[in-house]
Amino acid sequence: MSYTDFLRQYGDRFWDGTLITAQQFLLASLLAIAIALLAGLMKLSRNRLIRGIAVVYIEIFRGTSLLVQLYWIFFVLPLFGLTLAKFTAGFVAVGMNLGAYGAELVRGGIQSVPKGQWEAAYALSMSPARRMWRIILPQAFVNMLPPWGNLLIELLKNTALVALISVSDLMFEAKQINGTTFLSAQTFGTALIIYYVLARFIVTPFMRWLERVMRRKLGRA
Amino acid sequence: MMEDLSQYPLELKGPDIPMVRFSRVTKRYGDLTVLDDLDLDVTTGEMVTIIGPSGSGKTTVLRMLMTLETINEGVIYVDGQPLTHMVKGDKLVPADRKYLRKMRSQIGMCFQHFNLFPHMTALENCMEGPVQVLGMKKKEARERSEELLELVGMADKRDQHPSRLSGGQQQRVAIARALAMRPKVMLFDEVTSALDPEVIGEVTNVIRSLVDEHNLTMLMVTHQMGFAKDISDRVCFFYGGSIEEQGTPEELFGNPQKERTQQFLSAVKEAG
Repeated sequence: MSYTDFLRQYGDRFWDGTLITAQQFLLASLLAIAIALLAGLMKLSRNRLIRGIAVVYIEIFRGTSLLVQLYWIFFVLPLFGLTLAKFTAGFVAVGMNLGAYGAELVRGGIQSVPKGQWEAAYALSMSPARRMWRIILPQAFVNMLPPWGNLLIELLKNTALVALISVSDLMFEAKQINGTTFLSAQTFGTALIIYYVLARFIVTPFMRWLERVMRRKLGRA
Repeated sequence: MMEDLSQYPLELKGPDIPMVRFSRVTKRYGDLTVLDDLDLDVTTGEMVTIIGPSGSGKTTVLRMLMTLETINEGVIYVDGQPLTHMVKGDKLVPADRKYLRKMRSQIGMCFQHFNLFPHMTALENCMEGPVQVLGMKKKEARERSEELLELVGMADKRDQHPSRLSGGQQQRVAIARALAMRPKVMLFDEVTSALDPEVIGEVTNVIRSLVDEHNLTMLMVTHQMGFAKDISDRVCFFYGGSIEEQGTPEELFGNPQKERTQQFLSAVKEAG
């Protein structure tokens, strides 16, 4: 079978898988960002208990394997009465894992904002929450964007693991096609290229664009 | 040992209360005493300049008044009310964060490195406090901010971000931003130290106009003796964490009594 014939026959399934991968990526990214923000802020809290919760969370999710976390969420949580659909379990596991890494980026980004900015906001009598939200986070956000670009590409590649709990993403479709055709080079070669294209021509340009927009807002352009 | 706060009044009363009073204020960093038993009154509308060698505690005075630094002993009063402490029952206790936030809104501060918010335009910088803290309507805050930018000569740059402004221009916006909160007391912490010599004048002129035209109480730390001499009502020379000598600019610069003051002034003069 020529590669063109191969694509003609299985193109639709690759496309369907790619759409699921894209959905997993988007949902996991949103979750990771939310968790990173929350855990990053908690880690900077004065309250030791709040800080402790964030540390434990980050340690657990960074220190153990994503695949094991995925299996836990999908296979073990039902034993405790919490059953998630495989699609949900997939992006939740990936999002929670990458969120732990993101938390450190958020913390670092906040700490990279010069002390003078805190003092100026303090001198205007802004409340701690307003200071963080209006003054510190917008500046931290710009500083954080380049490492977040890396993290999101990492996240995209990690979504391939959800195939192991039978979410019909790109990797899952590729495995199925390989199982029936045994055309491993064509199948996994195609999957490889699609992941690369998603990362290189969608995620990266988007992050670059966001950096440009934010820098312009900061008047640094 | 807990400090006995009962020696300090709960509030200052009477027609002649100072706008700012430091009452036996001590500040320590570990073993190092930065300010030692400081007593200092600043009357309403007075411009007091603090000079002295580095490490003499002069910037700490301003930072304590802005409540950016806590104090170890003593009480600071602003407009008769305790600043560093609050009244609970009939006793003074250290102020909590909410009380500090309320009290410090009466005080505005300009910093050596301006500290404008880089993600906001000049106008937005000035509007931030009034809108976010005082809860003012945007339209009103905009009018007030435009007036103040006009006052500091920055009206034509109001839509520029700080990165597009020179140091002198940034510092003028920072002054407008602090004034937008309508403070009773303004603090200037070495506001010309980070500026190129040719733009220092534009900032000192703004401060001069505030002294001439507004009844603001001001405290200023500066290394510019000529400027201090020109505009101050009183000059305090700090040495080793306390006031070594103070007086009118004529007295202090013209006829300093203490040896350390004389040494400092002649060293400054030699440095040009």
